Amino acid sequence: MIYGISYTALVVFIIFVLLVVGLSFYFGRKGSSSSSYFAAGGQIHWGVNGIAFAGDYLSAASFLGICGMIAISGFDGFLYAIGFLGGWVVALFLIAEPFKRLGKFTFTDALNAKFNSRGITLAASVSTLIVSIFYLIPQMVGAGDLVIPLLGLPHWAGVVLVGTIVIVIVASAGMASTTYVQFLKGGLLIALSLILTFFILKNGLSLKPEFKDKSHHQLVELTPVVTNGTVEAVTGWEVVSQQTVAAKTFVKLSQNGIEKWFYLSQNQARPLLKETLTVTNLADGQTLYNGEPKEARKFFQVGNLSKIVVNGQEVEKTGPLGPFEFLSTVKESEVIRFLQVKFADGAHQVALYYPELTGGESFMLPGLKYKIGKDATLWSKLDFISLMLALFLGTAALPHIMIRYYTVKTPRDARKSTILAIASIGGFYLLTMFMGLGSAVNGVLDVESSNMAAPLLARAFGVTLFSIISAVAFSTVLGTVAGLIVASSGAIAHDFIDVYLKKNLSDTQKVKVGKMAALGVGIFAIVLGMGFKGINVSFLVGWAFAIAASANLPAILFLLFWKKTSARGVAASITVGVVVSLLIILTSPTMWDKYGLGAVNSPHPLENPALISFPLAVLTVYVVSLLYPKKVIT
Amino acid sequence: MHVNQTSEEKESLIKRKSALGIRLFFVYLICYAGFVLISVFYYELLATPVFGGLNLALAYGIGLIVFAILLGVVYNYYCSRYENEAELEDRKDNLS
Repeated sequence: MIYGISYTALVVFIIFVLLVVGLSFYFGRKGSSSSSYFAAGGQIHWGVNGIAFAGDYLSAASFLGICGMIAISGFDGFLYAIGFLGGWVVALFLIAEPFKRLGKFTFTDALNAKFNSRGITLAASVSTLIVSIFYLIPQMVGAGDLVIPLLGLPHWAGVVLVGTIVIVIVASAGMASTTYVQFLKGGLLIALSLILTFFILKNGLSLKPEFKDKSHHQLVELTPVVTNGTVEAVTGWEVVSQQTVAAKTFVKLSQNGIEKWFYLSQNQARPLLKETLTVTNLADGQTLYNGEPKEARKFFQVGNLSKIVVNGQEVEKTGPLGPFEFLSTVKESEVIRFLQVKFADGAHQVALYYPELTGGESFMLPGLKYKIGKDATLWSKLDFISLMLALFLGTAALPHIMIRYYTVKTPRDARKSTILAIASIGGFYLLTMFMGLGSAVNGVLDVESSNMAAPLLARAFGVTLFSIISAVAFSTVLGTVAGLIVASSGAIAHDFIDVYLKKNLSDTQKVKVGKMAALGVGIFAIVLGMGFKGINVSFLVGWAFAIAASANLPAILFLLFWKKTSARGVAASITVGVVVSLLIILTSPTMWDKYGLGAVNSPHPLENPALISFPLAVLTVYVVSLLYPKKVIT
Repeated sequence: MHVNQTSEEKESLIKRKSALGIRLFFVYLICYAGFVLISVFYYELLATPVFGGLNLALAYGIGLIVFAILLGVVYNYYCSRYENEAELEDRKDNLS
C-alpha cells in the first residue's frame, strides 16, 4: 500500500512513545535489585496487575491480527479470539494458584522447585527462549506494518524502531516499568476499541461507504466480447494478454499506455471484466502499483458489501444498527473479498488481488481460511483441531504471561488479577468481531497486509482516532516486546548462566548479564521481524502458542497433578515438545513458501504442530517418569 | 525470593480450591471441545439460526467467551468463601 505521512498522527505518536519511555525510566529508577528487575518485587496491586495482564496479552496478535483476519476471512479470525480466551480458563483453574504457591522467580525455577535438576534448567531456559522468540516475531511484524501508514516509513524501519526503543526500555528499567505501562495501555486499548465499535454501529452498513476524509473507490467493471473463454475485445481498451492461474482467468488490458489486469468473471448471466489490484515487480527491479509507479498512488483500499439485505429487502444503506442487528445484517448480505494469486508475466512477477463475491452466510461461518466444511480434507480438519488445541493450551504456558503471577503478593491476588484479565480480554474479543467486520465492509482494507485492518478503519473515522489507536497499538507492541525480552533475558541470565553454569553471579552482575542478553535477543527479533513481513500476526502467534503448549504445559500439568513425575521426565518432555513442534513448523507450507520452495511442495500439509507435538510431550513425561523415577531425597 | 508469603495456607483449603478449579476446567473443556467437534463433524449445524439472527457458530463462539468470564467469577466467589471460612476457623483455633 502507498501512504503519505499524516502529521497529526506523527505528533500524537511521538508524544505517546515519549510518555511510555519516560514512564519506564521513572519506574526504573525506583528499583535496581534483581527481584525488582525481573518481577517488580512482588508488590503490585492485583487490579493494576489484572489490566496489565490484559495489556500484555492484547498484543499485536489480538488487536491487529484478529481484526485483520476477521476482515479477510470472516469467522475464522474469531476462532483465535475464542481460543485465546479459552486458554485463560486453563491458566486460571489449573495453573495460577498452584504455580504461585511454588513461589519461584522464573518459569524455570517453578518447574524446578521440587527437583533442583540442571537438566530441567537447561531444557526450560531453552524453551522459554524459543517461545519468546516465536512470540516476538509477530510483534515485530505488526510494529513494522503499523509505521507504514503512520509515518510513511518502510516496514523494516518500523521493526528497527520498535527493537531499539524496547532495548532501551528494558536495558534501563525492567519489569516494574512494564507492569504500569502495560496497565495504561491495556486500559486505553479497551476504551478505544469501544469507541471504534460505537462508530461502526452508528455508521451502519452502506454499499458505498463514504467518509469525510476518504472517498470510496468504485470498482471498474467492463463488458468484454468473449469467444470460447478468450477475451477478444473491450470497448476503449486494447487487449494485451490473458492468463489462467488457479482456474481463474485474468486479462491484461491497456489504455493510454498503461497496462492493467482484470479478472474475468463468468458467474453472472454475461461475462464481466472486474478491476483488480496488482503489484508488479519488473525485471529491472522497479515496482508498479496497478500498472503505474508508486508516486501515481493508484493503489486503493478495498472491501465492501455488494448487496445489503434487511428483512429480505435489498437496501443501499442501513443507518445505525444494534450489535446483533449488525451481525445478522452482514450474514444476510454479500461481501466483496480480495483474494491473492501470484504468477509470472514474462520476466515480471505479478501479485494480483481479485474481487470475489462471498455470501454473508459463509463469511459468518468458519471455513474460509481453515477448511472444515466444503472442500475439507482430513489434513485441513486436523489443522483446525491442532490450532484450537494450541490456542487453548498455549496461554497458560507462555513464559511472559507466567511471570505476571509473581508480581502480586498472594495466590488470592493472583487469582483476582487473572479474573479481571479474563473479563477485560473477553470483552475486548467480543469487540474484535465488530472491528473486523467493520473493516471488511467499509472499504478500508490494504490488500498487502491484513494486520492494519483495525487502524485503517479508525482512519476512515478520523485522523485523530487513527493516530491515537496506532500509538496505543504501537506502545502495546513495545510493552509486549519488552515483557518478552525480560522473560528471555531472565532465561539466559538467571536460569542458564547463574543456575545451569553455576556462575554464582552477584545481584548487579545478574542484572548486567540480563541486559546484555536482552540486547542480543532484541537484535535477533529485529532480523526475524523483517523476514516474516506480510503474514497475519495472529497466525504467527498460533505457532508460539503451539510451542508453548507442547514444551511447557505437559511438564507443568504433570508436575502439579501427578506425584510420580520425575526430573528426567520433565526435562525430556520439554525437549521433545520444543524439538517436535519446531520441526513441524519449520517444514510447514507457510515456511516452505518463505524459503521460496512453494507452499504445495512442503513435506507435510500441517500448519500448526500442536496436535502431534502436545500428545508426544505428554507421552514423554509419562513414560520417562516411569522409566527413571524420582530419587527419594532424605 | 521473598515474593511468596503464603506457605501458611492450609492443606485442606488448597485441596478444596484445586478440586473446584479442576471441576470447572472440565466443564469448560467439554463446552470448548463441543465447539471444535461440531465444527469438524457436523459443520452444517453451525449455520443453524439460533437467536437474534445469529447462527450457531457465532452464538456458540460468543457464548464460550461470556461463559469463561462467568466461570471465572463463580470460581473467585467460591475460592474467596473457602478462604474466609478457613480464616474464621483459624481464629477460632487461636482463641480456644
